[in-house]
This record gives sequence, structure tokens and C-alpha cells, in this order.
Amino acid sequence: MITYIASFLILSGVFFALIAALGIVRMPDIYCRIHAATKAGALGVGLILLALCLCSPTPRVCIQSVLILIFSYLTAPIAAHMIGRVALLRNLPQWNPKSDSKKISK
Amino acid sequence: MFSNILDLPTWLIPTAQVLLGLAAAITCYRIWRGPSVMDRIVALDLFASITMAQFVLLVFSSGFTSYLDVASAIAIISFIATIAFARYLEKTECSL
Repeated sequence: MITYIASFLILSGVFFALIAALGIVRMPDIYCRIHAATKAGALGVGLILLALCLCSPTPRVCIQSVLILIFSYLTAPIAAHMIGRVALLRNLPQWNPKSDSKKISK
Repeated sequence: MFSNILDLPTWLIPTAQVLLGLAAAITCYRIWRGPSVMDRIVALDLFASITMAQFVLLVFSSGFTSYLDVASAIAIISFIATIAFARYLEKTECSL
């Protein structure tokens, strides 16, 4: 049973990492890209770490993977906040859906 | 070997590694193409996360738990690098 759960967690983690990579390429401006990279990327790594915690043979591996998971979930919003704050302070262009967005996106 | 103990399907870990490599390649496109420096920093942050996931998968396929230490070091360094880049670009007058 644990085998099936671990396989599902690994595959879904890889799926979310792929979604994050696609989002960072396809999103129109930097604020949307921070969305994709932070949330989907952290979720992908977190699911793979959870799979490792489920099937770890020793308690040390389980504890360490949970610690990495907590650390990455604590630091991802802080890094995203710093990047978004600097982008807003430096007046990076924002995506306006009504106007033509092709100029910013490519 | 975790995958032998757990009886994970043999195709699972190599497939996951190839797909994560594909995600890293897509991220490299944004690092190369990014219109501003902040785009490149966001893409580098995601690239570090994907590298971390690769090392965790390497724990599965090789069985050496030392690779988990590498993953934790990459997590710490990528966070500090992102904060340092953001603080630096906030202070300087260089164009983004």
C-alpha cells in the first residue's frame, strides 16, 4: 500500500514541478511568474520529500526530509515576497489584460 | 536501495528524473530569455528547487542517504541567494 502511495506522490510531485516550469515560461509578467514558481515549485519538491519520508528505512531520513520540507515551505513565501517587493519598487511593467499583452510576454 | 526494498516500479524513478530534467530545461529557457533580472532570479529559484528534487530522487535510486544533505544545503543556499539578490537590486541604481 505504501508503495502505491509513494509512487503517486513522486509522480504528482514531478507533475507539479513541470507545471511550475511551464508556468514560468508561459506567464505574461513577473508577478504571475512568481505565483507559478513559488507555489507549484514548492509543492512539487514537498510531495517528493513526503514520498521519501513515507518509505524511509531509518528515522533519521524521515526527520531530515520533514525538516527540509518545513524549511522550503517557510522560505518560499519570504523569497517570493522579497522579489515581488523589489519588482514593484523598481516599477517593472505589469500585465494589463485589456491592452495587448504580447509586448511584455515575449 | 529503497526502490528494491519498497518494490517501486522500476520505470518510476528514471521517468521522474527525465521529466524533472525536462522541467529544468524549460526553466533554463526563462533564465536565458528573461526580459529583466528579476525574471532570471525567479527562474534560478525554481531551478534550485528542481535540482533539490533531483537529489531526493537520487536518494531513491542509489540508496545513499548522504544525498539528502546535499538537498538541504541547496535549499538553504538558494533561499539566501534569492534574498541577497533582491536586497542588492533594491539598493543599486543599475537598470533591471
